[in-house]
Amino acid sequence: MKTGKKVVALLSAAVMTAGILGGCGGSGNDAGNAAADTSAAKDTTAAADDGGSSAAGTGSVYYLNYKPEVDAQWQELAASYTEQTGVPVTVVTAASGTYEQTLTSEIAKTEAPTLFQMESESWVDNWGQYCDDISDSFIAQHASAETIQVDGKVIAVPYVKESYGIIYNVDLLNEYFALDNAVVTSVEEINNFDKLKAVADDIQARKDELGVEGAFTSAGLDGSSNWRFTTHLANMPIYWELTDKGVTTATELDGTYVPNYKNLLDLYFTDATCDPALLSGKTGDDAMAEFCDGMAVFYQNGTWAWTPDGDMAGMNVAFLPLYTGVEGEENIGVCSGVGNYWCLNKNATEEDKKATLDFLEWVITSDEGKETLAGKMSFNVPFDTFDGYELENPLFASANAYEAAGKTTVSWIGSQCLPTENWKANLASALIEYSQGTADWSVVEKCFTEDFAKEWATR
Amino acid sequence: MEKTLKKYFPVFVLPTAVAFLIGFVVPFVLAIYLSFCSFTTVSDAKFVGFSNYIQAIKDTSFLHSVAFSAIFTVVTVIIINVLAFAVAMCLTKKIKGTNLFRTVFFMPNLIGGIVLGYVWQLLFNGVLAYFNRTLTYSSMYGFWGLVILLCWQQVGYMMILYIAGIQNISSDMLEAAQVDGASPMQRLFRIIIPSVRPTIVICTFMTLTNGFKLFDQNLALTAGEPSKGTEMIALNIYNTFYGSTSTFRGVGQAKAVIFAVALALIGVIQMRFTAGKEDK
Repeated sequence: MKTGKKVVALLSAAVMTAGILGGCGGSGNDAGNAAADTSAAKDTTAAADDGGSSAAGTGSVYYLNYKPEVDAQWQELAASYTEQTGVPVTVVTAASGTYEQTLTSEIAKTEAPTLFQMESESWVDNWGQYCDDISDSFIAQHASAETIQVDGKVIAVPYVKESYGIIYNVDLLNEYFALDNAVVTSVEEINNFDKLKAVADDIQARKDELGVEGAFTSAGLDGSSNWRFTTHLANMPIYWELTDKGVTTATELDGTYVPNYKNLLDLYFTDATCDPALLSGKTGDDAMAEFCDGMAVFYQNGTWAWTPDGDMAGMNVAFLPLYTGVEGEENIGVCSGVGNYWCLNKNATEEDKKATLDFLEWVITSDEGKETLAGKMSFNVPFDTFDGYELENPLFASANAYEAAGKTTVSWIGSQCLPTENWKANLASALIEYSQGTADWSVVEKCFTEDFAKEWATR
Repeated sequence: MEKTLKKYFPVFVLPTAVAFLIGFVVPFVLAIYLSFCSFTTVSDAKFVGFSNYIQAIKDTSFLHSVAFSAIFTVVTVIIINVLAFAVAMCLTKKIKGTNLFRTVFFMPNLIGGIVLGYVWQLLFNGVLAYFNRTLTYSSMYGFWGLVILLCWQQVGYMMILYIAGIQNISSDMLEAAQVDGASPMQRLFRIIIPSVRPTIVICTFMTLTNGFKLFDQNLALTAGEPSKGTEMIALNIYNTFYGSTSTFRGVGQAKAVIFAVALALIGVIQMRFTAGKEDK
């Protein structure tokens, strides 16, 4: 009897311990959207590693994906690959805006991602030590855009090319051209800042006639889309300064073109759907909704704003370059570059590394992979295996049209030499204070000159 | 019985002890170690000595966030406890529908901080739009916005604790006081408040630590705007950790250790101070 009680007590205690420990383990796996699928998928991975008796028996793939908007497509592609080859592929997606946080915790684990992403060269400081040399890999040899190299070794390969500029509603703008006394009558005439300002001011003045709320969508300075101004638009003043100096990177700026940054920003603020004082409360979704509901003609954003099943899909849209009033800007196109790189985890096992590279090769060569990346995700994929692939996204077509017309594509050298996330956050704060009138423009200027150099010196 | 309890004591303590070890002791010790290191992830740390602490103390934004959090905590501790006690007093009188009121007041506590932050941001900005302003117009707006939000969220919870405290007071004592001719004020200050002192101790402790630790609501409601004016300690640590290169991760860690130690000290002092009076 006594022993019976003892056994019961011991058993229940053991069960409780297991419950608590199990609970810890379960929550540890939560890494964003795909958490539920992940733990299940990870178990298969572990089983394959331990037993070594899975169908392929040659390692597995764990991809930590950066882009939540294409998570479903990656999951589908991964499942299909596993079905065909028997190699387990786990895709985990970090929640929007938390990639670095997720990567920090995931990569320290025993079951670390074998494949992860970097945003730009500035990530090499933190993550370069985790990147394997993939110079001889299939993906590096077939890359048609510039890879990231350290000491002549390829450590990161770009897999999506993107462009940004001022997206405009072609139908609405044509309606404007048809109005009496329109400042210009065709989009080709808008080839510098003065023309753009004249058109925007006129649309703003006659917004009731055109049935819109403003020329531009609200330039929301809320954290959800302030990167449109602190990273993308901020590329312009730095791009022009570096181009003048004939260099491609800098840790100090003179701020020569910051007044030009102000030109376009002032236009966004004044010719808009809302008062500038309210911008700090406006989100990225607000701007997108305003544009898609035809409340505004212009909207600064990039190719990713268009997706096959998104709100913009049914619209007639095209790009205008980011004109800021710089001499010679009649000859520029939109800003194009790469902002997402694939990196192979150096600390993964040889089998896993090979499995990962094989998986990527399949992704960029098989019909299914190509159809997913270029079709379902509507990416412009910079590998020569995609040559001749027709892009559905009209914004890519517009970006390419500028290139075809002999305009200079604006590179991302400006946004690539931004020092830190901290700097961007401070610029966003300065813009908020400027927009609501609690500070003057000098706070923004200080960001580009004094703070820029300081942030580079202390990073 | 007691003997058996003693014998099996380790078995029953084990689950909690293991959880405490994994969930608190190990991370805390690791955190202290990392605060002396330069690192990108926890597995690649290099020892650098005290430099993280020196940088943390020199950071003016950190000092500002400490001051902001301190003022915020003092204000919310007072408002939340006074309001919660007042509501608890009302709802222990024999009025119709007390249970409904108790439930309604308690409900905000069940909503997550991030959601609350965004909802209140919409509300505040909606009202402020009439004056052509937003919550980021000045730090004062953000400060009072956070105060209102936290009060709304926590008054209900503290109210439940106070109700439990008040209901525990023996009715003999109150009746005796009434017979002796004590006025309602005298009964409140001489009998009710002294009797619920243990509840006051625990409620003050909880509101105090909640005020200092506030993160979700801060991130969602103001995100520190304007220009870090409403950035509280936890958000400052987070921004330091992820806002720059790996050089600053150690600094963020050092700030976190300073914060944890300071908060523990404040908690202990507060408990000593209020619990000491309880004995008299």
